[in-house]
Amino acid sequence: MRLEQNLIYIKDVVLGDVNKVEDGVLTVDVEGLKAAVMVDDKVKDVKVDIAKPGEKVRIVPVKDVIEPRFRKDGRNGFPGVTTKYEETGNGAVNILKGAAIVTIGDMVGFQEGVIDMWGEGARWTPFSETFNIVVDITPIDGLDPHQHEVVVRLAGLRASTFVGLAAENAAIDETKVFEIGTMAEETAKYPDLPKVLYVQMNIAQGLLHDTFFYGVDLKEIIPTWFHPFEELDNAVISGNCVAACDKITTYQHQNNALTYDLYDQHGKTINFIGNIFSPELTTLDGKFRNCDYCAKLCDQLGADGVIVSEEGYGNPDSDLVMICKRLEKRGIKTALVTDECSGWDGTSQPLTDTAAEAVAVVSSGNVSKVIDLEPADKVLGNLKSAQTLAGGWDGCVEEDGSLKVELNAVIGATSEIGYHYASVKLY
Amino acid sequence: MVKEIERYGIPIVHMATITTISQSVGANRIVPTVAIPYPTGNPNLPLEDEYKLRYSLVERAVNALATAVDEPTQFEG
Amino acid sequence: MAKKVLFYLNQFFGGIGGEDKADFEPEFRAELVGPAEAIAKNFGDDLEAVGVIICGDNFFGQKEDEARAFIAQVIDEQQPDIFVAGPAFNAGRYGFACAGACQVANEAGVTCVSGMYEENPGLEHCQSFAWVAQTANAAAQMRKALPLMANLVKKLAAGEEVTPDDDKYFAQGRRECILVEERGSVRAVNMLLARLNDEEFTTELPMPSFDVVEPAAPILDLSKATIALATSGGIVPNGNPDRLQSASAQQWNKYDISSYDQLKGDFYTVHGGFDPVYCNETADRVLPLDALRDMEKAGKIGKVYDFFYATTGTGTAVANARKFGEEIGKELKEAGVDGVLLTST
Repeated sequence: MRLEQNLIYIKDVVLGDVNKVEDGVLTVDVEGLKAAVMVDDKVKDVKVDIAKPGEKVRIVPVKDVIEPRFRKDGRNGFPGVTTKYEETGNGAVNILKGAAIVTIGDMVGFQEGVIDMWGEGARWTPFSETFNIVVDITPIDGLDPHQHEVVVRLAGLRASTFVGLAAENAAIDETKVFEIGTMAEETAKYPDLPKVLYVQMNIAQGLLHDTFFYGVDLKEIIPTWFHPFEELDNAVISGNCVAACDKITTYQHQNNALTYDLYDQHGKTINFIGNIFSPELTTLDGKFRNCDYCAKLCDQLGADGVIVSEEGYGNPDSDLVMICKRLEKRGIKTALVTDECSGWDGTSQPLTDTAAEAVAVVSSGNVSKVIDLEPADKVLGNLKSAQTLAGGWDGCVEEDGSLKVELNAVIGATSEIGYHYASVKLY
Repeated sequence: MVKEIERYGIPIVHMATITTISQSVGANRIVPTVAIPYPTGNPNLPLEDEYKLRYSLVERAVNALATAVDEPTQFEG
Repeated sequence: MAKKVLFYLNQFFGGIGGEDKADFEPEFRAELVGPAEAIAKNFGDDLEAVGVIICGDNFFGQKEDEARAFIAQVIDEQQPDIFVAGPAFNAGRYGFACAGACQVANEAGVTCVSGMYEENPGLEHCQSFAWVAQTANAAAQMRKALPLMANLVKKLAAGEEVTPDDDKYFAQGRRECILVEERGSVRAVNMLLARLNDEEFTTELPMPSFDVVEPAAPILDLSKATIALATSGGIVPNGNPDRLQSASAQQWNKYDISSYDQLKGDFYTVHGGFDPVYCNETADRVLPLDALRDMEKAGKIGKVYDFFYATTGTGTAVANARKFGEEIGKELKEAGVDGVLLTST
């Protein structure tokens, strides 16, 4: 496959009445954006705001983050979800790099999060560095939680595609080309390089715990081999899953850090032979089946090394160590990425399950670390909602608007696909 | 929690779906359950059948409390 | 102003005598001796040795309360910033005494430094709060132990960062969450490359080990037994009156169910780790009161205990879960409960 990313670097965003980019300034057509989201008759109202890096703005409760993009060749959207199915991963895509759609609105579940654009909070989320177009979605009354989640999920995707229209005729600042041929071709080119696979575990556990591949709910699949570029090209979306700190937002699927960094090594130190989804299920039989099948698939493809990234914590820790154990038993070397729940003071046990085979593990941070956040000048959304987030608690919002939360509640803080910079050091 | 309660000499059954975790942490009496969101239920079954399933799981758990064990033991159906 | 350092030595290293002087009653001396003198020798202007407490190992072991009271009194008088005990190498009684002395100092808010061999039984009593340098097992290696302890004293006094690897002390077990230069994905790729090339690497998360607990004896007669229900599934009365957290629980709650035959309708879940829709229809799907109540009515069990216990399991630190278990277990024991069903989601 060959994917061209045409990057248009965004240096500022303003609200206006047309979508365009001039000198790095993105103008968003507000009424058009509202109309694009309100094609869904389950959306009652939409509000649009901007949050820029460095501004004393707090966004909460955040559901998803999506990168606005434009495809010239027709399938402009998310195939299998907002457009008809079509294979992704080939061709050219124009990207408004540095801009992001952030969806907020009444809470559906506890797994939504906070983004601070300045100060201490900004250090812990990658989305303090993007120019955020904040879309506040009010659905019609009487929706059950599952319907409500679908409404906000699709609204965010539609908003990103609409804003992405600004990329159609914008001047391109840089083009990055990604190219990986068939496994046979690449192996012929790099016969001596170790074959490496990336196993991406995904929460597949129901409301707010789902991930979709070409619109297919990952709960329904057994582990699948796919091309790394498909994920980079809108084939994968987040069902707003898991605690905010380690959910893989749609933006992070579009820019999967492990895929990027493995691709960087392709043809140099490794032969990067693809990605595998391994859904994390809620039944033990399901876990055994998927972990076994995943290890078998890696073996069948001839992998020498595998990176496994977890999504979430708690019961998926069990999937993580099971996959590791099975791979190592088959003689395949692993490196794992997980976050940990070591308690407020960092002295508690980090994982809920364990395996002697897990010798190479990257910790993407302690989800229970508590951070203090000073009051914002402006809150987009509802500050009080922080009290019901996973990682917040009754009383975590002070009268003056300051906030005390665990990293749990901060979007992307302990990203287990290694998208951010948190780690843990033993003292 | 399971282990701390057992330290008082009170037998305790861990009714859990992901029994691999129960085993790793060292729960001594384990009854495998249905799924994480509904350990002792199954919304896919008719109510009457679901209740029968629940009753059988609870019965198995109660019987496990009356059974001597030497090490982490799963009580399967 | 210079930071004040107070030392602690046993009768042998304090120059009082050997085993025959192990009953030596604790004394404070302004003049340093032995290892204390050696460590203090290289102090700069920023450190001031205020003296040494010398105490017989048997005295500490047999009259621990007296020894502790004496140490507390000296600390109160001298107001040290840093307390240095040992090194004790693999001497068990001395190790215990150093650990005990450090506990006293730690409670007074004083930074503690010691030195021990990894198998010294005193280590586990002070490792979590003191900086204990890793020494050899015998005093013959004194020359290697002292610089390690002196280094810890200097760095801690200056507020410099110390790490187990660089400064050769036994990790206190505190896992501090920090931001680092390289993002996680880069670190993971590098770690895998190191493995593939058989190069050295360091895991960021050594696998935890779990302790074991002896299985409790079974219930002999179920028909007379009181059985309690407990759950980590976040089951609470509708409205969550006690504000149980949806993740990373800091509390447990108990609710009177003596007048309920089922949870359906009156209870729901606040657990943030799973799809709650099914449980909220019928909470017995997570905590099976209905079935257990029917068993009580049928005489299969004696009684359902009047309260159930609930917390939220997701993201909850094991240390918290342990504390909850201790507290709940104590209540259950005192209430004469014979057995417990604990459900997890």
